Amino acid sequence: MTRLRAFAQPIGAAAVALAASAALLALIGADPLEAFRALVSGALGDAIALENTIVRMGPLLLVGLGVAIAFRCGIWNIGGEGQLYVGALAATALVTRGPGLGSGAVALPLVLLVGAGAGALWAGIAAALRVRRGVSEVLSTILLNFVAVLAVAWAVHGPLQEASGAYPQSDALPELARLAILPGLRRVHAGLVLAVVLPFAVWLLIFRSSAGLRLRSVGLSPDAARYAGVSPERETTRVLLISGALAGLAGALEICGVTGRLFENLASGYGFTAVAVALLARLSPLGVLPAAFFFAALATGSGAMQRVAAVPSVAVQVIEALVILFSVGFAMPKSRTS
Amino acid sequence: MDAATLLLGLSTLRLATPLALAAMGELVAERAGVLNVGIEGMMLGGALAAFSVGAATGSLLAGCAAGIAAGLALAALFAYFVLRRGADPIVAGTALNVLALGLTGVVFRSLNPAGSALARAPQMGEIAPALNLYLLVAIALVAGVAFYLGRTRSGLALRAVGERAEAAHVQGVNVLRIRLGAVLFGGACAGLAGSSLVLWISDTFVEGMTSGRGFIALSLVLFGGYRPLRIVAGALLFGAASALQYRLQAASSAIPYNLLLMTPYLLTLLVLALLAGRVRAPADLARPFEPRD
Repeated sequence: MTRLRAFAQPIGAAAVALAASAALLALIGADPLEAFRALVSGALGDAIALENTIVRMGPLLLVGLGVAIAFRCGIWNIGGEGQLYVGALAATALVTRGPGLGSGAVALPLVLLVGAGAGALWAGIAAALRVRRGVSEVLSTILLNFVAVLAVAWAVHGPLQEASGAYPQSDALPELARLAILPGLRRVHAGLVLAVVLPFAVWLLIFRSSAGLRLRSVGLSPDAARYAGVSPERETTRVLLISGALAGLAGALEICGVTGRLFENLASGYGFTAVAVALLARLSPLGVLPAAFFFAALATGSGAMQRVAAVPSVAVQVIEALVILFSVGFAMPKSRTS
Repeated sequence: MDAATLLLGLSTLRLATPLALAAMGELVAERAGVLNVGIEGMMLGGALAAFSVGAATGSLLAGCAAGIAAGLALAALFAYFVLRRGADPIVAGTALNVLALGLTGVVFRSLNPAGSALARAPQMGEIAPALNLYLLVAIALVAGVAFYLGRTRSGLALRAVGERAEAAHVQGVNVLRIRLGAVLFGGACAGLAGSSLVLWISDTFVEGMTSGRGFIALSLVLFGGYRPLRIVAGALLFGAASALQYRLQAASSAIPYNLLLMTPYLLTLLVLALLAGRVRAPADLARPFEPRD
């Protein structure tokens, strides 16, 4: 029964949110049916649409995974956006301004590691502020988002701007730092394989290792965990570092696999969508897979919705927010998500 | 005092006012035990409503009232999910922010299709900025909140609800009603603050124009130690920092503009790092309450 409900509730929440969004669309004078038809065909209608959705799923999956494990430990990491930006920034800086990277076999893992490390460092600021100074990570991670987005804007107007100086963007990454496109496909890159494997690895970590048990014990009760010899401070730091590393990796993968260069507004809203992903997944590392796919489809289809049904693409944020509200307000009533 | 210093001072007051307004609302909500992370969204909703109604009617008061109403409506939604459905306030607040960002985007774009000339909202303050209505309202609000929380029976009950909801309940205080009232008040203040962004600081609406002011107001409550006058001092500090930053942007190109824009966020982080650990929040802040009998 509970197993069935675990599947039924997120789907119910998504369905109610879609219905509420349809009502809103009707209210502003759009045809909801036409809008949703455009949304679905724009996201899943043909091979290209489906590939676009899968490409978009990568960062949502990784950032959402990081958010989910942090929530499980009782930590509100709302800074996925900033951590992703910093990961992308560090990866770009290394490739376009760093020393020679040698061969592709060395370069790519190095670039991805640097992206993940930068994301971890960024989240580490929030961890240090929380553990040493008692600053709530809700505020610090949100504030750090703004700083990271501005740092990218500064970098592409300044030190990382392309040599020609024409646009506020970095130079294109050289071929050896680009992720290969999977054979027979147009956009799906090798990094997505990593993105899809990581939830399984994180599931093993969380549910099949003693380190994961320690993390979860802090989420369930910090006092009991402390009594059992687990340091909530150390676990807080650890989970924020992992969470930030996943988001930073997402940023590096975007640069090396999708965009090929850094620019402003690289991924606006991914951080918040990732919160929706984690909640719809009910904080389950594996549940993040379908949840990320769902939100990726929404995001990919929103462009088509705007073109065909003249519904502004930002309407997708309304759907996202309603999914969050309905999934915490109805699917998980009367309980803390941690 | 020379003219430049005077202008800087006026600019400080102008930029501090929305922060102080939003922070007073948040203070009351938090003192009642409800952490409202959604004030950023409520400010944004207030800004769009003030712009739309202000531009359509040409009336400052109508625009202002619309801003308050929008803040109230979003706060009611937040209250339903948090107080009624037991949703976590941080999650619900985050969702509310995304909702407001999306909703204001949809409404704004359908009101102003690309290419159409943007309407301008009426503006107050160009004539006599120092005697601005918003400033007067903010001063009255700070005095009123300080008096209410510190000197009235009802304010005492509200604080009791934030500190020990269970005990207040046993004494016959209606915890949920007080929390609802506090959240609605906070939403109205946030909406008013949002309206001031349009009707005083800029005369148009830009998507996402609150740009973190709600979160800064939230931080102000914390590092003002939940005391109205210290929160105002914090708002003035931020107003001054923002005013200086705009001045620097205009005066020199030596420091890149994007780095200057970081200052309010970095300053907030710095002050939080210095003070947050020493502040004692209301004991029952962000704890759900369910009357058992």
